[in-house]
Amino acid sequence: MAVWVEKDDCAGCETCVEACPLGAISMRDGLAIIDEKCNSCGACVESCSTGAIKSDAAAAKADTSQYRDVWIVAETRHGRVRPCTLELLGCGRGLANALDQRLCAVLAGKEVKGFAADMAEHGADVVYVMEDAGLEEGRTLPHARAITDAAREKKPAVVLFSATPFGRELAPRVSRRLGTGLTADCTELGIDGATKNLLQTRPAWGGNLMATIYSPDSRPQMSTVRPGVMKALPREPGRKADIVGLKVNLKAEDARLQVVELKKGLRKKVDLTEAKIIVSGGNGVGSKEGFKLLEELAAVLGAEVAGTRIAVEEGWITADRQVGQTGQSVCPDLYIACGISGAIQHRSGMAGAKTIVAINTDPNAPIFQIADIAVNADLFKVVPELIAALRARGDEC
Amino acid sequence: MYRDARLGVAELDVIVLVKQVPNTAEVKIDPRTGTLMREGVESIINPDDLHALEAGLRLRESHGGRVTAVSMGPPQAMDALREALGMGADAAVLLTDRAFAGADTLATSYTLGKCIRKLGRFDLVVAGHQAIDGDTAQIGPQVAEYLDVPQVIRATRLEVRDGELHAERTHEDGVEAVRCALPALVTVTREANKPRYPYIPRLMAAFDPNAPIKTWGPKDIGADERLIGLKGSPTQVQKTFTPKLEKKVEKLSGQPAEMARALVGRLKERRLA
Repeated sequence: MAVWVEKDDCAGCETCVEACPLGAISMRDGLAIIDEKCNSCGACVESCSTGAIKSDAAAAKADTSQYRDVWIVAETRHGRVRPCTLELLGCGRGLANALDQRLCAVLAGKEVKGFAADMAEHGADVVYVMEDAGLEEGRTLPHARAITDAAREKKPAVVLFSATPFGRELAPRVSRRLGTGLTADCTELGIDGATKNLLQTRPAWGGNLMATIYSPDSRPQMSTVRPGVMKALPREPGRKADIVGLKVNLKAEDARLQVVELKKGLRKKVDLTEAKIIVSGGNGVGSKEGFKLLEELAAVLGAEVAGTRIAVEEGWITADRQVGQTGQSVCPDLYIACGISGAIQHRSGMAGAKTIVAINTDPNAPIFQIADIAVNADLFKVVPELIAALRARGDEC
Repeated sequence: MYRDARLGVAELDVIVLVKQVPNTAEVKIDPRTGTLMREGVESIINPDDLHALEAGLRLRESHGGRVTAVSMGPPQAMDALREALGMGADAAVLLTDRAFAGADTLATSYTLGKCIRKLGRFDLVVAGHQAIDGDTAQIGPQVAEYLDVPQVIRATRLEVRDGELHAERTHEDGVEAVRCALPALVTVTREANKPRYPYIPRLMAAFDPNAPIKTWGPKDIGADERLIGLKGSPTQVQKTFTPKLEKKVEKLSGQPAEMARALVGRLKERRLA
């Protein structure tokens, strides 16, 4: 909101009611209420004796010189720092160097102090630690308050979040509360040599176009950063950072959302046309049992299983899983074709996949013509190794 | 929420955010200039928003109340709202004005938030998880923040019980069941439901000049001109370019285990594993 009243801080003094030139403020239950006549002029903000009236309009034209340092917001899940946080540190280190400013990691959670050393050893100069029983993992409201309050106090030039589901629902709330810009799901970040603005590049139009975005007059500059793109720095054992505790002032309303339970690994079968990853099999899979191997691979990747017309006709998969001219057309991010020769009828249903991996024993199989990555080998030898390698890789973002 | 202590009735005021988008599946890039060829590309209701409308309509069907569709866009976005009425929305608001143009997500969330405040009481705002033209998924949380209500993002199931929103949402590692106070904002994914088709007589009626669609500009919602459209947008586009598209086949070699490890590396680079 452009101008709003922090209910808990309002003393009910009514000064603002008189200060408002538009008569947009009235009292209800002893607290000031701003109605739609408000044009965000800010007269009430200055009149308020307790600082209960906030405005984000001021941030629209920030004095950019007052904002310093690059912040990365660390994310923990199930009590561990996520690898994407280390990638953010790696990326933030480069930006901080280019700006000749400090790289600060923001650690907010119930019990997160123990991760401060990790942050330091992966590149942070400063670690801000905010601990509170209300800062449970994945809760947007308390985290938004903690980070916003810290950013208001410290005035960072740049704040980066991971573009994980949590980061992508937290960062917009912080940006709205600060009244600053936010660029989603960036795949490249840099500093403009002349202006020192953050240059944020992201895919748009379903990946058909890349756009570079910047926020010349607004601070902090905020982005969510796609996991898996930036490189983490190797751990530098013994590297030290200033560890600074910050106060957290959560409010009762920050607990308006409660997580009842997390049912792990429960996934509904996704419509093939909406699947992000598809593991598909053809004649080379050879049997229903063969498809069990593909299902295992799909489970590790969070993928859907599909197949060719032959696989359906042989009864190895059901008809709703058929890809191709007489089946469905799919365009996942990743299509792994196992034992599929790649007849034109099949290719017409999957050539739109962004990345195609083909595993086939026949080096002349047409599928290799449209594949991005060609694995000319026996799927029954490669796929089990692939499953093992994916499992060994552990928790990645 | 309307409550009647004697009758125990609770009706829901639901606002659904709708965006009209070009069908990106049809958008082509001019190979010479590297720019988007938008001519002749049909405009559609953003796919996730159809699921948001369906979710809103189902809530109204089980609780009573009203569904109001809100869209910001050029005058032709009226078609999206007519379709929303055809599906069953009770009323609609089109926010259209040159001053709204060029808005980034911050300015858009301000504009939509102002409009929702102007509409008055609401129990739930429902939006699609993300739009296919921008893919930012920022509008939902930013509108929630503006309205100072909690949010449930990526809901696949939702119901209102005992004055609270109960929802399930997908996470990287499972399905999370959450409980949330009303009023609230929820964004839904395509797994949430199957959207109904517009009912043709209702769709026809939406073309009537007396159809319940309001057209509002900045003054109607009391918006500060400095906070809307291009002027209210802190982010600016510096340049756009087309990603390299040429396909180069990479052949992996070696023992199966080596190939598998190399493949995992490639998938990781492409953020696919």
